[in-house]
Amino acid sequence: MKIVVCVKQVPDTAAQVVVENGQVSWGDAPLVINPWDEYAVEAALQKAGDHGGSVTVISMGKENETEALKHALAMGCNEAILVSDPALGSSDNVAAARVLAAAIRNVGDVDLAFFGKQAVDSDTGTLPGMVARILGWPALTLVSAISVLSAEAIKVERAIEEGRQVVESKLPVVVSVTKDYGEPRYPSFMGIRKAARAEIPIWDLGQLGIEAPAPVISWPEMMNPPRREVTTEIIAGDSPQDIAAKLADKIMAEKVL
Amino acid sequence: MTNKIWVYIDQFEGQALPSSWEGIGVGLSLAETLGGGVTALVFGQGVEGVARQAFHYGAGEVLLADDATLADYRSEPYTALIAKLAAGRVPEIILFPTTTRGRELAGMSAVDLNSGVLVDVIALEVQDGRVLATRPIYAGKLLAKVQCSAKPQIVTLRGRAFAKPEADESRAGVLTKVEAAMAEADITVKVVDYTTSEVGVSLTDAAVIVSGGRGVSNNPKLEPPADLSDGEKEVWRARKGFELVGGLAEALGAAVGASRAAVDAGYVPYSHQVGQTGKVVSPDLYVACGISGAIQHLAGMRTSKVIVAINKDPDAPVFKLARFGVVGDLFDILPHLTVALRERLGK
Ligand SMILES: Cc1cc2nc3c(=O)[nH]c(=O)nc-3n(C[C@H](O)[C@H](O)[C@H](O)COP(=O)(O)OP(=O)(O)OC[C@H]3O[C@@H](n4cnc5c(N)ncnc54)[C@H](O)[C@@H]3O)c2cc1C
Ligand SMILES: Nc1ncnc2c1ncn2[C@@H]1O[C@H](COP(=O)(O)O)[C@@H](O)[C@H]1O
Repeated sequence: MKIVVCVKQVPDTAAQVVVENGQVSWGDAPLVINPWDEYAVEAALQKAGDHGGSVTVISMGKENETEALKHALAMGCNEAILVSDPALGSSDNVAAARVLAAAIRNVGDVDLAFFGKQAVDSDTGTLPGMVARILGWPALTLVSAISVLSAEAIKVERAIEEGRQVVESKLPVVVSVTKDYGEPRYPSFMGIRKAARAEIPIWDLGQLGIEAPAPVISWPEMMNPPRREVTTEIIAGDSPQDIAAKLADKIMAEKVL
Repeated sequence: MTNKIWVYIDQFEGQALPSSWEGIGVGLSLAETLGGGVTALVFGQGVEGVARQAFHYGAGEVLLADDATLADYRSEPYTALIAKLAAGRVPEIILFPTTTRGRELAGMSAVDLNSGVLVDVIALEVQDGRVLATRPIYAGKLLAKVQCSAKPQIVTLRGRAFAKPEADESRAGVLTKVEAAMAEADITVKVVDYTTSEVGVSLTDAAVIVSGGRGVSNNPKLEPPADLSDGEKEVWRARKGFELVGGLAEALGAAVGASRAAVDAGYVPYSHQVGQTGKVVSPDLYVACGISGAIQHLAGMRTSKVIVAINKDPDAPVFKLARFGVVGDLFDILPHLTVALRERLGK
């Protein structure tokens, strides 16, 4: 079974992200693998483990953006590819999807392409469906469990607003994984050493045989959100009952119930 | 004639998700500047009732596709249908709610229609005939203005960010029936089963949320059954704590939320997690019980109108965002708070 997993490099979620002089800054926070994508890597490794086969991890980014790939290699992926080209400056999701789809095609004979649920920087959560659409494959998004997988078919459970939906499909498919798939494994010591030494090949647009897709989304302005102006009132009292009564009165006075 | 502004109505088993109606409200206000009215898209089986409701909320026209292949949402036949309808009728704007289905469908439609998508938008204006949208990024740590140069401009709207229009049951409109775009034999994905779950009030639509964190397992007065392992004892304690959280939620008709620590420790399912890697919520009232207020949690609830925090630790960062705080033990406060609010609400 040939499995691909797509991962993104993002600033750590603990970072204070701010706009300074029109530029986004996350201070000296480290760059890490997008947390959702660790679940996708875990799913890919489990399935490769169960069915035999290799896992190729792909990330699109600037030429030095290899943190996410190294983490995925350290977790146990067989091979990493960085998709990078100076012509790709865009922050347009359809354009990104076209490039990732071309990269998946370029890997060749892929059965399963795993994605995370969402990137924690851009917060769009649309790439898995888009890539599937471009490849002409079905999209099984928000997958919480894979109950059946054979050379031809897959059956998964999806997390939707109303509960769980069980669906089946033929391969190849795109699968996006949610957190309830299961905890991602930690990189092993050996894995970390291997990843540190790995030479990660770069595929540019020439190798993918495509032109840079023209972005249609522009970002005219980035802003820090308005400060939350709150005066915190600490409610004290003689007894829990007294405090609860005072708090209840305060809440009622806000007219939010 | 079909309007230039379309609103996708997301429904499950004949029930529209409330944020769909907010979309009609947004469509109507865009129509004030751009002209025309709103055309609502209703897909499913046996969903004429949803179409009628769309008229009540202000749609002038409904494109209704009622077909067995559309009974369950599946991205293939739904995307194909949007692409077919849009190719013939050329909308300028398509609004979707940012639900699981709406987000997916908007993105996939953007591919088919050679456009882009503005996701999870919280404010909209029209500038030079185009939508200028504001959306949170980095889990709301920043806001970005975004614009799409292609047509149709595809937008998903965050639930509860826009007002829901008043329904008027006397309102009617033009019902246009359309055919499905794919035959069952050509659809790859088959729906096998549903387990509709325990969820109760959905977090993202909730006007009130009561959340629990790791603190809910910390009641030394409770003695778990002796035959449990240490891990099981903690979960047992937490379940007892969440009964109090759930009790207050029930009294307020609220949804139950949780911190990641509570989810990871197995106290509640992941579907309850609020935060940067959970759900981003914006209720009128958010009650945080035994939650410290880590940056990833605050990112998910910081736009709540009124935040109440109950925590033993006076230095817990959650108090910085709270309108009201109680420095104390949630096990002492919550039962009394539930009773006190029930009384005041006449329940
Ligand atoms: C990549 C990544 C993503 C993350 N995403 C999220 C996310 O989406 N959502 C999220 O919530 N977190 C997220 N986190 C985790 C986050 O950093 C915190 O670890 C987590 O929010 C802490 O949860 P907590 O407040 O319940 O627990 P703690 O920080 O342990 O706080 C428990 C609090 O309960 C109080 N307490 C204890 N006993 C009582 C009592 N009896 N009565 C009253 N108060 C009591 C304590 O004083 C303490 O403040 C993420 C972390 C990472 C690394
Ligand atoms: N630059 C990228 N390179 C590789 N995969 C990506 C990239 N951006 C997003 N993805 C994948 O697409 C998923 C959804 O991202 P998004 O739609 O951008 O929120 C992520 O969880 C990743 O699996």
